[in-house]
Amino acid sequence: MKFRSPLSQATGLGSAKHGFSHWWWQRVTAIALIPMGLWFVISVLSLAGGTHAQAQAWLSSPINATIVLLFTLTALFHAQTGLQVVIEDYVPTKWINLVLLLGTKFAAVIMAVLAIIAVLKVSIGG
Amino acid sequence: MAEFTLPKNSKVEKGTHFPAPASATNVRSFKVYRWSPDDDKNPHTDTYDVDMDDCGPMVLDALIKIKNEIDPTLTFRRSCREGICGSCAMNIDGTNTLACTKGVDECKGDVPIYPLPHMSVIKDLVPDMTHFYAQYASVEPWLKTKTPVSLAAERLQSKEDREKLDGLYECILCACCSTSCPSYWWNSDKYLGPAILLQSYRWLADSRDEATGERLDALEDPFKLYRCHTIMNCTNACPKGLNPGKAISEIKKMIAERSL
Repeated sequence: MKFRSPLSQATGLGSAKHGFSHWWWQRVTAIALIPMGLWFVISVLSLAGGTHAQAQAWLSSPINATIVLLFTLTALFHAQTGLQVVIEDYVPTKWINLVLLLGTKFAAVIMAVLAIIAVLKVSIGG
Repeated sequence: MAEFTLPKNSKVEKGTHFPAPASATNVRSFKVYRWSPDDDKNPHTDTYDVDMDDCGPMVLDALIKIKNEIDPTLTFRRSCREGICGSCAMNIDGTNTLACTKGVDECKGDVPIYPLPHMSVIKDLVPDMTHFYAQYASVEPWLKTKTPVSLAAERLQSKEDREKLDGLYECILCACCSTSCPSYWWNSDKYLGPAILLQSYRWLADSRDEATGERLDALEDPFKLYRCHTIMNCTNACPKGLNPGKAISEIKKMIAERSL
C-alpha cells in the first residue's frame, strides 16, 4: 500500500459499471408503495373493529389478496434495497458487511415466501 | 469508514489562552484547533484574544494577525485572500468555508476554527489533500476529443452550450463541500464526493467533449457516484454559491437517460 501512487489508490479497482438499477428500483418501489400503503392502512382501519371472519372474507377477495401481496413484496424489496445502502454506508469491515447484506436478503426472501403462503392459505384455503 | 468516536490520542483538549493587550476594547476570541506531528500531545484548542480595532474584518485577517503578532507556530494555508484560490478552506463557527470570505462579524461569540472535517491533519489547520486531488485526477478533468481539428481552428461552442458550464466552472476545489458530506466522511476511499463529481459533470456538460459515454461508464458505480444520498450539505457549504448536489443529480439523470 505504502508505495502505491495516490492516483492508483483513488482509482482502486475501477467502476463496477452498475448502480443505476439499484437506485432506480429503490425509487420505483418507493413511488409504488405510496398508493398501496394508503390503501393498506385504510383497509386495516376499516377492518379494525370487525370480526375474524370478516377479515378472512375480506382477504379471500382476489383483488384484496393481490394488492396485499403486492404491497408486502414491494415493501420487502424496498426495505432490502434501503438496508443495503445503510449497511454499505456504515459497515466498513468487509466480512461483517457481507454477512449483514446476505442476512437482510435471505430474511427478505424468507418473509416474502411466508407472506405468499400465508395470504394464499387464507385467500384460497380459508 | 464510519467512526463515531475519536480515538484516545485524538481527543481535543483545552490549550493555552493568549489574552489581548489590556488597552484593547473591541476583543474577539478565536478558539483554534492545534495539533503538531512533532510531539506526542493530543490535539488542543488554543484561545487567541484579538483586538479587532487593529485587525481586518475577515477570519483570515485575524488568523494572519495571530500568526504575525501572537503565535508564529500557528499553521494554516492561505494565498489569494479573495476567495479564488481555495487554500484557506477550514471549519469556522461550525461550517466549512473560506477564512478569507468569512467575516468575523458573521460569527456570534467565540469563533471556533477547525481544519476541514474528517481529513488527516498534517499540522494545525492544514489537512492532507492528497487523496482528494488524486480523485480529481481520476475523473480525467480535461477536454477529450476524437474529431481532429486543425491547429489554426477552434472547437466551436454555442452561447447556449457555454451557459451550461455556468455554475460548474467556478468551482475552486477548496473541498468545503466534500468534507461536509457524511457519505464522503464514511466512504471517501471509494466515493468521489461532491467536489469531484461536480468537476466531472463540468466535462459531461461540455458540448465539445466526446468522451461522455466513457465518463459515465467510469462513474456508474455504487460507491463512486451512488453514495450521494442528496443530503445537500455540499450545497449549503459551498462558499462560491454553487450547487454540487444538483450536478450529481444531473449525472444520475444522464445515466438514467441512457439506461431507460
